[in-house]
Amino acid sequence: MTLARATSVILAKELRTEFRSRQLLGTTAVFVLIVIVLFSFTFNPTSTESRRFGPGLLWLAFLFAGSLMLQSSFLREQTNDTLAALRLAPIDPFSIIAGKMAANFLFLLLVEVILLPVFAVLYNVAILPVLPQLLLVLVMGTIGLAATGTVFSAVAAQARLRELLLPLLLLPVLAPVLIASTEATIGVLQDPSELSLVWLTFLACFDLIFLTAAWMVGEYLLEE
Amino acid sequence: MATQVQTLPTTRPAISVPSVLLMFFLLAAASYGALIWAPTENTMGIVQRIFYFHVASAWSGFISFFIVFFGSVAYLRTRAPKWDWLSVASAEVGVAFFTVVLVTGPIWAKPVWGIWWTWDARLTSSFLLWVLFVSYLVLRTLVEEPERRALVSAVFGIFAALDIPLVYFSIWWFRTQHPQPVIGDGGKLDARMGWVLLLCWAATLGVMVVLIRLRYRLEALRSEVDALRMESARSTR
Amino acid sequence: MRLALRGISLEIAAGECVALVGHNGSGKTTLLKIVAQLTKPSRGTLAFYSAENSVPLEEVKSLVGMVGHNTLLYEEMTAEENLIFFAKLFGLANPAELSRKALQPVGLANRASDLVRTFSRGMRQRLSIARALLASPGLLLFDEAGTGLDPEGQHWLGTTIKHLRDSGCTILMSTHGRNETQEAVTRAIRLEGGRITHDSGAGGNPNEVLVMAAVRESGEEGQQ
Repeated sequence: MTLARATSVILAKELRTEFRSRQLLGTTAVFVLIVIVLFSFTFNPTSTESRRFGPGLLWLAFLFAGSLMLQSSFLREQTNDTLAALRLAPIDPFSIIAGKMAANFLFLLLVEVILLPVFAVLYNVAILPVLPQLLLVLVMGTIGLAATGTVFSAVAAQARLRELLLPLLLLPVLAPVLIASTEATIGVLQDPSELSLVWLTFLACFDLIFLTAAWMVGEYLLEE
Repeated sequence: MATQVQTLPTTRPAISVPSVLLMFFLLAAASYGALIWAPTENTMGIVQRIFYFHVASAWSGFISFFIVFFGSVAYLRTRAPKWDWLSVASAEVGVAFFTVVLVTGPIWAKPVWGIWWTWDARLTSSFLLWVLFVSYLVLRTLVEEPERRALVSAVFGIFAALDIPLVYFSIWWFRTQHPQPVIGDGGKLDARMGWVLLLCWAATLGVMVVLIRLRYRLEALRSEVDALRMESARSTR
Repeated sequence: MRLALRGISLEIAAGECVALVGHNGSGKTTLLKIVAQLTKPSRGTLAFYSAENSVPLEEVKSLVGMVGHNTLLYEEMTAEENLIFFAKLFGLANPAELSRKALQPVGLANRASDLVRTFSRGMRQRLSIARALLASPGLLLFDEAGTGLDPEGQHWLGTTIKHLRDSGCTILMSTHGRNETQEAVTRAIRLEGGRITHDSGAGGNPNEVLVMAAVRESGEEGQQ
């Protein structure tokens, strides 16, 4: 069984389970919405101000939401010890992590894409003309978030206070992603729109480095 | 998960007297160099002297965190507990050094620039590094089983260490786009200042080595006590 | 480090039906987990042979089925979906058909589209066994599979084990007390404190060991 095949089987399972209940997606989306609304109380959301502060707020909201949402990835497998069932199968242990990473990436991206127009409306930011570039930044940043977050959720699942622990571990490590994604988004939203190659390449490097690290050490986290 | 029977020479002290003496000597020499021998800097005055320890601590802190990376990788490959002991010892010492950096920064900044803190590249990066490894230490307190703790710490330690260059670059590039007054600069370095800086670095390295060894030894003893406790619990059942 | 097993050296031949008996904490579950490759032994090796040649551990994984203490089932998926998922992970052809066929012998064919969440303990156990049998395993591991089953369920399990043994499957099961599931047993091994105290041997009579162990267990339970 190849890594790719096993990963896609697990990905399909994760997607099917989540779309059946849609609890996680719904709750996460509402959380991001609340953060967006609350932030509007902290400064005066004129159009220029929004374009300066908005992206930062947006990415912060995504990071917070992500670090809360990513918990369930491995916690779910503790019910009935289904993680043992996965490990009994003749598959590369990394495919378990990879499948969940892919699922988390898609979930997060979906939430982000849903909230983006809401953000645009509430803060008077024009996103349609630059939508492809915005999506590119979203994707690059979310890969880093999902990859790192999935691995750390496996770490936190083995510790106490895991609801607090995951954000504690994840947010400092993702600071570079926050900086890069925010700056890239600001660049895209400004007038004239500018797609920063430096930040995009940086995000690509971050994603590559952490995906590789996850591949090399991730499976140790699944051991008993 | 290899079982290692560690024979600890509990009768021998952790650090030899000569190395402790050397450390103190270096510290004394460095202090003399920084506070007296080095020329007073033109613009900033006496306060500038703190720069020597500020920078030297940062460099030694870096090395400590590099040791955490090294120890974490070694633990994952060999599962020998001693690498875990080395990692936690180095992490704590590194955090201590970066605490010095974060405290001396404002002490230096206030008289010179009138503000306690600016979010300049070096200080911000130091702060983030400090937070990263404090998280590492917090993680350790939340996992009780020693082998599990060593394993998850090693994984997180590797990720945290890999993050360091990314943190530095992203903050640096951000600052070049949005410039700000820089605190971390020592001003112009003349030859004597350079020597003093190196001397201070040697001193902090000495402190680092001594502290890591002491902390490593403490962890080794703690592990031995835990093992004995478990053995006695089993045999009384 | 706490040792769950001490100095275990065991050889099991194909076709044997071995019962592991002993108190809780005697090391039965750990031994089964090692054979299932869920845990790596800290010292010593696990090896499988086919006619004098050693078989790589990864290959063996696809030939092993395990029914554990936990059901290893996904509550939010239907019985059929659970089986299809695991069939895919084991790389089996026609997962849908295989899954439908597997539900028949365990009497769950009419509950195929129901969520596992709605199943009783006995039904989950039966589904768990169906899952273990999906890949037509050559080695079956049962960790106290009879607990929670009513007498009818235990009788069914005993008969099933007998069928499996007769069809050439090697079985390693940990049991408690004396019950119907032990009818097909060809060899009994008693563990205490991580060591083997009694082994009826490959050709011997397991009943003595089984009776003795059951008496000891109920004796101590009476004392408590």
